[in-house]
Amino acid sequence: MTAIQETPAQDVAAGAGVRREALYFAVRNGKLLVGFGIAFLLFLLGFAGPLVLDAVDPNAYGTKPMSPPSGEHWFGTTTFGQDVFSQFVYGLQTTFIVGALGGGIAAVIAMAVGFTAGYRGGLVDEILNMFTNIVLVIPTLAVLLIINAYLGVRSVPAQALFIGLTSWPWAARAIRAQTFSLRTRDFVALARLSGSSTRKIIMREIAPNMSSYLFMMFILLFGGSILIASSLDFIGLGPTEGISLGLMLQNANQWSAMQLGMWWWFLPPGAGITAIVGALYVANVGLDEVFNPKLRET
Amino acid sequence: MSLRVSELRVYYRTLKGDVKALDDVSFTMRDGEILGLAGESGCGKTTLGKSLIRMDGRMRHMGGTVELDGRELPIGDDRRMNEFRFHEVSLIPQYSMSAMNPTRKIGKMVGELLGSRGVALDRAELESRLDLVELPRKVLDNYPIELSGGMKQRMVMVISTLLNPSLLIADEVTSALDVSTQKAVAKALIGFRDAGFVKSMIFVTHDLALTSHIADTIMVMYAGKLAEKAPAKVMVTAPRHPYTKLLINSLPEVGVRHADKKLSGIAGSPPSLLDPPAGCRFRARCPVAGDECGQEPPVVEVEPDHFVACWKA
Amino acid sequence: MRQYFGRKLLVYGLTFFVAVTINWMVPRFMPGDPVSSMVARAGVSNPGAVETMRTYYTNLFGFDQPLWKQYANFWAALFQGDFGISIWVFPTPVSEVIMGAVPYTLGLMIPSVLLSWVVGNWAGAFAARRRLLDNTVLPVGYVLTAMPYMWLAVLLAWGLGVVAGVFPVAGGYSFSLQPSLSVEFVADLLHHWVLPFLSLFLVALGGWAIGMRNMIIYELESDYSNYLSALGAPQRLIRRYAFRNAVLPQITGLALQLGVLVAGALVTEIVFSYPGLGSLILKAIQNQDFFLLQGTFMFIVLGVLIANFIIDIVYVVVDPRTRAGMAGAQA
Repeated sequence: MTAIQETPAQDVAAGAGVRREALYFAVRNGKLLVGFGIAFLLFLLGFAGPLVLDAVDPNAYGTKPMSPPSGEHWFGTTTFGQDVFSQFVYGLQTTFIVGALGGGIAAVIAMAVGFTAGYRGGLVDEILNMFTNIVLVIPTLAVLLIINAYLGVRSVPAQALFIGLTSWPWAARAIRAQTFSLRTRDFVALARLSGSSTRKIIMREIAPNMSSYLFMMFILLFGGSILIASSLDFIGLGPTEGISLGLMLQNANQWSAMQLGMWWWFLPPGAGITAIVGALYVANVGLDEVFNPKLRET
Repeated sequence: MSLRVSELRVYYRTLKGDVKALDDVSFTMRDGEILGLAGESGCGKTTLGKSLIRMDGRMRHMGGTVELDGRELPIGDDRRMNEFRFHEVSLIPQYSMSAMNPTRKIGKMVGELLGSRGVALDRAELESRLDLVELPRKVLDNYPIELSGGMKQRMVMVISTLLNPSLLIADEVTSALDVSTQKAVAKALIGFRDAGFVKSMIFVTHDLALTSHIADTIMVMYAGKLAEKAPAKVMVTAPRHPYTKLLINSLPEVGVRHADKKLSGIAGSPPSLLDPPAGCRFRARCPVAGDECGQEPPVVEVEPDHFVACWKA
Repeated sequence: MRQYFGRKLLVYGLTFFVAVTINWMVPRFMPGDPVSSMVARAGVSNPGAVETMRTYYTNLFGFDQPLWKQYANFWAALFQGDFGISIWVFPTPVSEVIMGAVPYTLGLMIPSVLLSWVVGNWAGAFAARRRLLDNTVLPVGYVLTAMPYMWLAVLLAWGLGVVAGVFPVAGGYSFSLQPSLSVEFVADLLHHWVLPFLSLFLVALGGWAIGMRNMIIYELESDYSNYLSALGAPQRLIRRYAFRNAVLPQITGLALQLGVLVAGALVTEIVFSYPGLGSLILKAIQNQDFFLLQGTFMFIVLGVLIANFIIDIVYVVVDPRTRAGMAGAQA
């Protein structure tokens, strides 16, 4: 099929060769570079920006409410005179934190469930599968609504935790399927024969063999967490302290920015979310092409 | 002459350069001949098989001609080649287990495939061929998933030969099967030839032992080149090329206990085809290599129908 | 076949059970006394009703009874369709409030979900392996699918509503009209429906187009496609088979996306003040109307479960393999 199979005498350095080849394509893949580039720029803005900004509290009321973008207020101000640019910068930060935390928690759960179910099989698999399916079918946002509304947990970490706890099932299913197919391979059988523990086999033999897949999965979970968080914020279940891009949208909507023609209030936060999530998705396609030679454009 | 391949060169385009998977290969096939094409993986046998029917995206036709029944095959031109596929050249792929569309009933799929090639389905003919390979007629109303591995293999064989192609390429068709099924498949292939469903056949395999049972002629390739081509019996009993000798020697003989006679592999590995060494490509592994092997050995007909590319033969 | 559906129904049954249990449990984990905090917030707007409310809710929660009995009562009430009384529009029963909103949500979701699925699949299949189209469909698809639902809703409302003034940006129908079956009302209803529909449709469209494109490419690389090409079958036939096979995972995808689609519909409704479940949820949260919130939750769960089951049935109808396997015809 591939040229590699047809060219002999490569097996000695096959592992290193594959990695080198991946790197070769990675630095030449436009989608990957542009995607990660945009995401990285926004990341920098979110985390380095607050250091440069003079505004300490992005929610501080200002003296010039409802003013359009100007040299003083790059993105204009809100009805209360808050500087939209400061809010945007701090909001980016919150968004990245929610994405990393929520996506990270979801990825950990997905891996725990997926590896265990796929490797163990049998009854364990049946039970975990049933559990996964239940969480999969239940409408996540609705559950989050109930929990957030009643328990009143309104901090960014708590929000990320709940998102992580509910958004893992599809990833767990994918990992389970992959593990299932790796389980019967020779190198895993060898490790099992040599008496390695299940944990060790999964960590040393199975996980590294699908590391690229796991990484791409994390990116999707990351983007998904950001979108869910923004919906929660928008409904009014966002963090009570600080600011996030979703909260900015909620405020803009609540104070009729649209009807008042204050486009500078609702354009940046949505564009920020779209840019981060879109850039990550595009980077993901790029990664897929790097790891998956069949998809490369020839 | 049914098939005449002359000085065929097919390269793979890769990042590091051209992989010369098929480098100046010439041979001919008679009508009714079954040619066993053998060699290690990476020797170019699969590339040769693919070149004759459909190159994949990375393969490039770099020179040489292929003539089938006196007409030149446009093997480098995917579109023009279509006219010959199925009607003149057909393929039983390595992946017979998954070669049929999983969501179509087999009979319907065959009808649609034939229809797309402008041929009406002759149900009676199809059924008689099913009988020949001992498939029940009702498989036409089944989905592929309902057939066993062996049944799928036979079904694909029937489909591929339905238009009585002149040349059939059977690509590693037996490698996924158990020994008894291998025998049955081999028998069926010979039956197809004897019944005139296919004029001639190239049987690509790495299993030299099996090849010797079904092929009339065996061609051994090494590193993108022809090493030796001879009638099957001659090839097994009196090979001339040192590579072929080693291959034949490494075959376990029936009745010989392995303790008595050690199985010998061939030390070393084939050269890289990115930048193959000058001269004989087997030189580095050859037990009898000498100075003259720095020159490329020509393919010589040492006796009728027996071709060898070796200075020492 | 029976086993397949049996399994599915078991999952859905368990899911429903879990959802109801969450619904029952969460208020009991709430810090403090839920009744007084609820009544206190609601009481400001309606002082006269405070006492009635307090007795009613204390009885309803039944905190004086043992836990298992509270749980059993909860289920009993549920099966009688009793979701409690709304605080926001006291004393209307929650089920009545929800029933008034459900048609709007369904009227928005069903057309947008189905249409985006059909059009998205078509666009993705058409673009796959056609470089020029692919280079347009793919980026547009990614931008759409990365957009938060409410943001596209805001953009559309602002552009086509506020600035261009072509469509109304709030409500399910004009305030000046009374719901009736007159031509005028229906036209007004449709007029208000266009923007929320379009917004939901567009965001979902991107995801389906991308999914289909990737699936088709995968199918075109598959063994059966290669075999057909080797036998000289025209691209038309190969693409037709690939499409047919790629649609199957997209059907499963629809089931997986239901939760996201519901969430999208909810926030879109909020942007347009569309009188569906989304706006209801917003009102419930703002007014601390927990019964309304819980009732809505149950309705959404039920709706998603029913939709899942319908998709399961469709899948069996469309994928011959499930039927062949189920008939036990395995050779």
